[in-house]
Amino acid sequence: MKKITIPIGPQHPALKEPISLRMTIEGEVIKDADVRLGYNHRGIEKLAESKTYIQNIYLMERICGICSHSHTTCYVQAVEALCGLEVPKRGLYIRTLVSELERIHSHLLWLGVAAHEAGFDSLFMYTWRDREVVMDLLEIISGNRVHYAINTIGGVRRDISEQQKEKILEGIEFLRKRTEYYTNLGTTEPTFVARISGVGKLPKEKAIELCAVGPTLRASDVASDIRKDDPYAVYDEIPFDVCTADTCDVLGRVVVRVKELIESYKIVEFVIKNLPAGEIKIKAPRKVPEGETVSRYEAPRGENIHYVKSNGTDKPERLKVRAPTLANYPATIEMLKNGFVADIPLIFAAIDPCICCAERVVELIDVKSGRSDIMTFSEIKRKYFCEKKRETL
Amino acid sequence: MSILKSLIYLLIYPGLLFLFVYSTFCEWFDRKLYARLQNRVGPAYTGRAGILQPVADFFKLLFKEDIIPERADRVIFSSLPVVGLAIVLTAGLYLPLWNIDVSIPSYNSFQGDIIVVLYLLSLPTLIFFLAGWHSTNFFSTLGGVRVLTMLFGYEVPLFLAILSPAIVADSWRLAEIADFYQKCPFLLLFQLTGFFVAVIALQAKLERTPFDIPHAETEIVGGTFTEYSGKKLAFFRLMTDIEMVVGSGLIATVFMAGFPGNAFVSFVNFIIKTLIVISILSLIRAACSRIRIDQMVNFSWKWLTPLAVMQLFISILVKGVFWRILQ
Repeated sequence: MKKITIPIGPQHPALKEPISLRMTIEGEVIKDADVRLGYNHRGIEKLAESKTYIQNIYLMERICGICSHSHTTCYVQAVEALCGLEVPKRGLYIRTLVSELERIHSHLLWLGVAAHEAGFDSLFMYTWRDREVVMDLLEIISGNRVHYAINTIGGVRRDISEQQKEKILEGIEFLRKRTEYYTNLGTTEPTFVARISGVGKLPKEKAIELCAVGPTLRASDVASDIRKDDPYAVYDEIPFDVCTADTCDVLGRVVVRVKELIESYKIVEFVIKNLPAGEIKIKAPRKVPEGETVSRYEAPRGENIHYVKSNGTDKPERLKVRAPTLANYPATIEMLKNGFVADIPLIFAAIDPCICCAERVVELIDVKSGRSDIMTFSEIKRKYFCEKKRETL
Repeated sequence: MSILKSLIYLLIYPGLLFLFVYSTFCEWFDRKLYARLQNRVGPAYTGRAGILQPVADFFKLLFKEDIIPERADRVIFSSLPVVGLAIVLTAGLYLPLWNIDVSIPSYNSFQGDIIVVLYLLSLPTLIFFLAGWHSTNFFSTLGGVRVLTMLFGYEVPLFLAILSPAIVADSWRLAEIADFYQKCPFLLLFQLTGFFVAVIALQAKLERTPFDIPHAETEIVGGTFTEYSGKKLAFFRLMTDIEMVVGSGLIATVFMAGFPGNAFVSFVNFIIKTLIVISILSLIRAACSRIRIDQMVNFSWKWLTPLAVMQLFISILVKGVFWRILQ
């Protein structure tokens, strides 16, 4: 049969963000895949260099609309390390609490998206309804549903009261019951399991070789979790298990995330019950001493890395963000190969892609000459847009 | 007088007007039930409890911009929705709904009309395939091919399941089959397997979850209907709704003893029985996830067809053994 190349994206109902997947298919079978990025470059890293450390917390929050707390925590950890700040225990506990609640909200959201991609809209509606509970809990704690703005350099900005603790425990109890139901549904409903089991295989060796991260890696039976391997905040004091699955397919990724939900409920309960008394933050200096550091954080999607270089002023000299989605792209190509066209959205959604978080660089390549250039925006305007205008005139 | 009655039959009840009104009601019923099963509200604003929402959707689509792809065949592309609508409306006329005299065959009730209805209900599939093919869009073509692949899956079990009650009733005429089961309803108990096979096959024919493979939104965008917009899309949607009514009407006729009584009683019978079938269809839609095309074909040849054949054996046994003893 003849091979044809089909474009999935940059505009496609299965993709909520712009990315282009070029599939070479033979009949309904994918023979090769190619990922093209750069449709949504936002220039956040460059912008960060012109803002102060405090302003950058809120800029980092806006890298992602789902794991916003992950990026700020990762960033403030780096800055705190540069300043040599000892953050109070209570502050760290609250930080951990919010990060676990965020993981719950992200995983519930993902479960709904995966169900929708598989055409199981009932599960989608149910999980998203229950996600409202955890969103409300986050609102109780921070005042916001999405961008919590709870982190600050040297601690957190808001304390937790006894009433809030009760509300959180109630909500977690409700969510635990619901999650048990979804675990049952997601792993036993015959049509859903038929769609996800054996799809998007990523063997253990390949997963390690291609540097997959997060639930994608753990679903290939590699027990790697930054919270265990390189504990930050107070994860070294909290008992929890790293969840893995050995099926190496989309079903495994569902199982890992559902198990992680249960673990997160445990962590939240532990944190609430063992919240130490004391200050929630210490004062941080405005200017950060010269130096560079790397901070790692286990975001709901996988390992998040921030690199901060300071030059002794109140603005960072360089800030580099490696979002987990970027690390998972090579593995996605491997998963897509020899799959069915019908499985493309499922496999791609299974890495929980957050495309805009991962967009870093736009390279302009002249199609005619193949020459690559770095240009300023005004140069692009002069060269391409003005030419177009003249043509139409 | 008979001309007037025929005209009323064709245009008002149970023809064009009734099928239009009732099919929009059924769409609302299906949407509302589906929404409630998913813990949503469903249509709520247009009319009481959103009952006019499908009508509003239909008229809104009529006024929307109508685009024909440059490379598409204009005539076929534009005529397919109308032809499809005409086909399902015609199929609706053969349901034994309004004072059909069992003893006198008429133009819409004769020996073999069950085959005519089944045939007319198969044609929409072909219309969908042609629509996909003539859109000259990659996603439409893939959708069209999937439509045709699915046809080979569900058509055989549907035919076997629908025809087995006819074998027991010893007639190929819908009115007579319904009349037969009205006289001895207990025989319907032997047709339970066939009923469920027919409902699942109808679900596949209507391309609803878990069989919404040809227009799987997250895979192939709009599938068959990717390039359709405006009036043509409105007609296609109406066509699917009417197909749902006629299909469930057909199942109600052969598996639920038809619609006995005078004009009003048979009307009530029709509404109740079709709504029962549509409820089951909605329930299946809410409880399942979309399956892959190969899984669908596997499922229908491994499970649906053997079950339909089994139903056929049961019917032959019932007719050959029990019925003779009872007489």
